[in-house]
Amino acid sequence: MVESILTVQNLVKSFGALRASDGISLDVLPGEIHALIGPNGAGKTTAVNQLSGEMQPDEGRILFEGQDITAFPVDKRARLGLARSYQITSIFPNFTALENVAMAVQSTQGHNFRFWENAKSDLSRTEPALEVLNRVGLSDLANTIAGGLAHGQQRQLELAMGLATRPKMLLLDEPMAGMGVEESRRMTDILLPLKGDLTILLVEHDMDVVFALADRITVLVLGKPIATDTPQNIRNNEHVRAAYLGDTS
Amino acid sequence: MDKFNRKSIVLLVGLALLLALPPITIAMEEAYFISLFSRIMIYALAAVSLDLILGYAGMASLGHGAFLGVGAYAVGILAFHVTEETAIPFLPGGWAGSINAVISWGSAIVVSSLFALVIGALSLRTSGVYFIMITLAFAQMLFFFFVSLTTYGGEDGINLDQRSQIPGLDLADDASFYYVCLALLLAFVYICYRIVNSRFGMVMRGCKQNETRMRALGYSTYRYKLICFVIAGAGAGLAGALIANQSEFVGPGLMHWTRSGEVMIMVILGGMGTIFGPIFGAVALLLMEEVLAAYTEHWMIILGPVLIFVVLFARRGIYGFLTGDGGRDG
Ligand SMILES: Nc1ncnc2c1ncn2[C@@H]1O[C@H](COP(=O)(O)OP(=O)(O)OP(=O)(O)O)[C@@H](O)[C@H]1O
Ligand SMILES: [Mg+2]
Repeated sequence: MVESILTVQNLVKSFGALRASDGISLDVLPGEIHALIGPNGAGKTTAVNQLSGEMQPDEGRILFEGQDITAFPVDKRARLGLARSYQITSIFPNFTALENVAMAVQSTQGHNFRFWENAKSDLSRTEPALEVLNRVGLSDLANTIAGGLAHGQQRQLELAMGLATRPKMLLLDEPMAGMGVEESRRMTDILLPLKGDLTILLVEHDMDVVFALADRITVLVLGKPIATDTPQNIRNNEHVRAAYLGDTS
Repeated sequence: MDKFNRKSIVLLVGLALLLALPPITIAMEEAYFISLFSRIMIYALAAVSLDLILGYAGMASLGHGAFLGVGAYAVGILAFHVTEETAIPFLPGGWAGSINAVISWGSAIVVSSLFALVIGALSLRTSGVYFIMITLAFAQMLFFFFVSLTTYGGEDGINLDQRSQIPGLDLADDASFYYVCLALLLAFVYICYRIVNSRFGMVMRGCKQNETRMRALGYSTYRYKLICFVIAGAGAGLAGALIANQSEFVGPGLMHWTRSGEVMIMVILGGMGTIFGPIFGAVALLLMEEVLAAYTEHWMIILGPVLIFVVLFARRGIYGFLTGDGGRDG
């Protein structure tokens, strides 16, 4: 039995009368791409926000590499190796693409209390950043102001920022949101080789993407996981089909 | 002409004018201007320090005058006890003050840094409009504290018998004093310039654009912002020490929120997030005040539209206009 890297135990989060997380328990194994799917408003983003630390759960515990991180603030979780992307693109619009990623690189290097040497000409920041930009296919746009990039490119940039922190686990909240088919496929191609090296919790609506990438899938309905299984079994699971996939085939 | 050249020319011409000011004004028999420009250089120093937190880290403090006042009072109180030949009651050791510039200006920097540390530690738990209000409230608290502090003159403040002393320099001479202010301004500008382009500076800029993202990348933004706030407080404290010397007077008015507002106007007028811009802003605002106030006491009526124009059309203020740098925060 493999030790899970992330263990979620009975997470509950209410907004007034609405239980957006209604007892979520989840195990994510090291190196797997674990998809979290569910209809709009199922509580996927709410769950991710609690894992990243942006929201505090009302009940339940979150263990990362065996350590209870439930009370840790966002930045501390990030430093432990739990990175995230946002459903609504979150970048530094006035920095160049390169600077955006360099900020992620810098974060992992420490040395942030250096007040004197010029940062932009510091190759130890920019070289790894350029390498990651290259990986997501943005190296040609390294010196473009991020706010001026196309939507899909901004999504890729955000992924690059996540990768550049060299995380142990990446929480991706709908990385393909608002992308066209072509861009979405490119994103899939970027993520696929990461499989095995990097643990990913992937929230995604596009079922083609999910079935192409995921090792396991958890289906969330009304804040509750109704099934966790391999893509094959999820496809054939009656409850899931009834609740979510729509019983068409 | 490329941007870099134009920027260098603007800065070099500006510097040359400031360096040449005393001989020119003495030759024109308008030596009064030296004293005015000392005041301008000092406010420029305060404005540059505000730009560090406002322009680069996005912290809109409306209480920057607090540090100006604290720095001035540090100098004033130390000098007061020298004149009175009494011990400072709230310090141990029976210290009877000092008029040595190194000691009293140094004290001003240390004390204002400590105030900035405490005020910043509490204020930075909030953000946005709450941050504006809480910094304002702290400055107003200090203002009323000093108004009621009758030991040191209360509302009437402290008149200084003389300026601070630096061995080998006569600060009573307006030209010498002016050059000291200019040198300190330039030194502080250079420090800020290095800071905003350093790794630490990049963290500040990141916080301004997207603090949530910074935290998600693993930065504990609070600490960085607090350090930045303290550096700015130290700069303003030094400006306070100088303004006490320039006017040979220290009063609670420095801490009034209108003074903080004026410093903020200098930053916006000159160009936020440019380090050099606030110097232009200080020159423009204080010269405007000087000239217009001769005609009408309601000179703010003219300042208002100018400011609206700058905010609407010139994001980088006078500096952006002169250098042709529309600017971005990166
Ligand atoms: N801050 C909040 N305050 C109140 N209600 C909220 C808040 N955030 C989310 N909700 C509600 O909680 C429920 C779950 O929202 P959430 O954003 O987690 O869903 P989701 O699965 O991510 O949906 P989508 O697929 O549309 O992104 C929704 O009904 C939403 O309206
Ligand atoms: Mg969502």
